[in-house]
Amino acid sequence: MSDIILKTEGLTKHYGGVHALEDANFEIRKGEHVAIMGDNGAGKSTFVRQITAVEQRTRGKVIFDGEEVDFSGPLDAREAGIETVFQNLALADDLDVPSNLFLGRELRLFNLGPFSILNNRAMRKATEEGLKRTGVKIPNLSNSIRNMSGGQRQCVAIARTATFASKLTIMDEPTAALGVQETAQVENIIRTLKESGESLIIVSHNMRQVFDLVDRIVVFRRGRIVANLKREETDGQDVVAYITGAKTGAEYEGAA
Amino acid sequence: MAEAAASADIFGGRKKKRHWPPELNALVGLIGICIIFEVLGWFLRDQSFLGNTVRLKIMILQVSIIGIIAIGVTQVIVLGGIDLSSGSVVGATAMIAMSFAQVGTYDRAVFAELGWVDLPVIVPILVGLLCGIVAGLINGVLIAYTKIPPFIATLGMMVSARGVASWWTKGQPVSFPTDSFAALGQGMMPVFLFLAIALLFHLVLKYTIYGKHTYAIGSNEEAARMSGINVERHKVLVYAIAGMLAGFAALVLAARGLTAQSGMGIMYELDAIAMAVIGGVSLSGGRGSIVGTTIGMLIFGVIISGFTFLRLDAYYQDMIKGAIIVAAVVADQYRQRRRAMES
Repeated sequence: MSDIILKTEGLTKHYGGVHALEDANFEIRKGEHVAIMGDNGAGKSTFVRQITAVEQRTRGKVIFDGEEVDFSGPLDAREAGIETVFQNLALADDLDVPSNLFLGRELRLFNLGPFSILNNRAMRKATEEGLKRTGVKIPNLSNSIRNMSGGQRQCVAIARTATFASKLTIMDEPTAALGVQETAQVENIIRTLKESGESLIIVSHNMRQVFDLVDRIVVFRRGRIVANLKREETDGQDVVAYITGAKTGAEYEGAA
Repeated sequence: MAEAAASADIFGGRKKKRHWPPELNALVGLIGICIIFEVLGWFLRDQSFLGNTVRLKIMILQVSIIGIIAIGVTQVIVLGGIDLSSGSVVGATAMIAMSFAQVGTYDRAVFAELGWVDLPVIVPILVGLLCGIVAGLINGVLIAYTKIPPFIATLGMMVSARGVASWWTKGQPVSFPTDSFAALGQGMMPVFLFLAIALLFHLVLKYTIYGKHTYAIGSNEEAARMSGINVERHKVLVYAIAGMLAGFAALVLAARGLTAQSGMGIMYELDAIAMAVIGGVSLSGGRGSIVGTTIGMLIFGVIISGFTFLRLDAYYQDMIKGAIIVAAVVADQYRQRRRAMES
């Protein structure tokens, strides 16, 4: 039981009359990489938003690192060790790399409330180390993010994880907007995360990517989990059948 | 691991050329305008434009008070907002603060019956700063918590604060401050005060969490919120500081003129915004600096005293001032488009 990093029980989210997520039971072990797949509107992003407390769930339990948690916001979740790379990147274009990595949790030299003096040198050093760990090379750290390519930006977002030694990383379609080379780069970073034993939940539409990278695939359909498949025991066609509704996992019969 | 590092070099090889900072554009503009006036001066008036210490002193003096407002406005624009109320806040604050700064020997002092005369100088200063802060707090709370656009919230404050300025003494000017209050505006004092405030906020924006979060919110408000920044509270703080600086400018202005009238500070908000924009502060937020605004302020000063020097009518001054503001925004847009195309 202790090696389960995150577990949800009956996680449910309604937007008014829309049942975006219904009774989701999910778990992930330490060091495991799990993909979440499903059609548009199947509840994948909704599921991620409940775990990271970007939204508050309607009902259900979230158990993180052995304890039931009730985060009040994304910062809470992040402080507990859940690092998220959002679909829309969540980077401030006009700031440089270290500022973006440390946004909202800047290192301070003197604490004077909102006028605390920043410890720029320490943040820069930690950034360099974090980028080194993930194998990302960025020519000039003091360049603003605006001047970087899509791949570099995505790498910066992912490098947050390595810098802050989180317990669980969540990526919501990290390569959806990237070219071939850039996608390869991001996938390499994900492999290094696997080697260093980081747990990861990745939301993706890319079948090849999923089969390359993860241990297990969880399929969502119409707000419900309909399948929980080990990578070795399934294939692309099988997963598509679950996504489209041609098949439903035995333990989820009657769910959808 | 090694393989990952090697393939990462794909990006490393793609070097971007360094971008020319907008402050440098403004500085080149400033030097260019100075040279034009210098040349015109020798041709038309047979004398040097810049080689005249008295002219340079007046030039800096007449813009430094609006410059103090522009420092607050810069922070608001970097945050992604706008403040149209600063001119009216100057009017209201000048009236209220001045009525706490009068000498007792003046027999027509307003509110003399309440004993508001010969007070120590700290009283009107604190009252003035407080007035500015209150106006800024109202702006900030309206914008952050009722989510109305900053343009509307501060437009409302602009009209209301002007009303307060007339209501306070029913339109009567307030004059004859104590010597210690008047000292705030005499000689080159406004310039020194501007420099001190500019330096302070330059450091604050560059080296504190306050500055970092101001740029972050102006750059991408949603990202700032997801990173756990309390965006609403920060907005209130920035508008309050902008209000406080407008209040401080009002004190210096009243002390300099030895009087306060309800019409003081009309159009100052637009001049302050223009100084920031000319200095490279982007109206879409996230970019700009106190250094840029200071250069923008100097460009403003040079143009005004240059036209006076060439004995051009005030009409032309305003026409050309307007054209320069538009040109600065066009240049900013052009820069942004070119940048978007490069990446």
